[in-house]
Amino acid sequence: MIAEYWTFIVIAVAGFLATDIWRWLGVVAGNRLNEESEALYWVRAVATALVMAVTAKLIVFPNGTLADTPLWLRLGAAGIGFAVFLATGRKVAVGVAVPMAILVAGLWWIGF
Amino acid sequence: MSPDSDDRSALSWFFTGMRGLVSLPALILLTSIVGFSAFALESGLTRAEAVFMSLAIWALPAQVILIGSMASGANIAACFLAVTLSSIRMTPMVASIIPEMRTKRTPIWALLILSHFIAITSWVFAITTMRNVPRQHRAIYFAGFGVTLTLTGTLVVAVFYGIASSFPPVVAGVLFFLTPVYFIASIWASARQPVVKLAFVMGVALGPLLALVTPEFDVLYAGIGGGTIAYLIDRSRRRKKRMVKGAAR
Repeated sequence: MIAEYWTFIVIAVAGFLATDIWRWLGVVAGNRLNEESEALYWVRAVATALVMAVTAKLIVFPNGTLADTPLWLRLGAAGIGFAVFLATGRKVAVGVAVPMAILVAGLWWIGF
Repeated sequence: MSPDSDDRSALSWFFTGMRGLVSLPALILLTSIVGFSAFALESGLTRAEAVFMSLAIWALPAQVILIGSMASGANIAACFLAVTLSSIRMTPMVASIIPEMRTKRTPIWALLILSHFIAITSWVFAITTMRNVPRQHRAIYFAGFGVTLTLTGTLVVAVFYGIASSFPPVVAGVLFFLTPVYFIASIWASARQPVVKLAFVMGVALGPLLALVTPEFDVLYAGIGGGTIAYLIDRSRRRKKRMVKGAAR
């Protein structure tokens, strides 16, 4: 009986609880912050740096098939894409389309 | 759009939030969830377990880490530790959007429930679009987007479980690249304050660097360390500006 539901219990405890306690703590902390407060500058900076650290790792150390592609191609696609995005008025669609196109073209060119 | 001149009902703002499902960020996330459902199948999770996991956790990195820990035979305490370390980032993410989302009358239980729907995609959605919504409707607007996205994402797991693994692997790999390049463009485009851009650069530089040095805590150190450095640089910049202003007076 327990064995049958054990995976669900693991997901509820080691997944749901392990994640949502930090969300609840964020609500409690954020509820005390004023929108113009100095502390919110710091919290915003930490949140942004955290998300970008996760993002950069997805490019440098990806999982799955992407891990078998050359690092220079992934970095080149993301870097050139970002430069084009900055140079053309910061349209998100450009910032997504250009690196994707470079990655696909690069993979085709090296015969992946 | 000024908050005072707004006469639209709360329900209509809920639907406006729901419509955010048909947007680039939501479509990119749903695509990466297709990749997750293939990963769940390969790792031996049943369809019901994968669906429950998506709904209960709603944070892709935590889900991937939990599956990885379970597959390696770790016990429940070790699984909890691995997941909770990756989820500490939720606290500053949630804390940074709550002041913008609530009014003085928003009950805390409503915010506690809404916080479950905050993950990277909905965080980016909130920081980019919530400022255009009258303050008293922001929580319901976010609920419209967040709840719909979570339910749709979970539906994607239910439907694509078993289908996704028949895709050619290179397609899944290329689709996986969408998520990071989307975050890069949208977070930079939405940054209004210099401190956010500084923190952006710090995170990008320190994330992969610290992954080599301390793979367990890399994201945490990059976030707290990089964020604090960005904050200190920005604060001294703001002080200098204020001093120059003061001297000119």
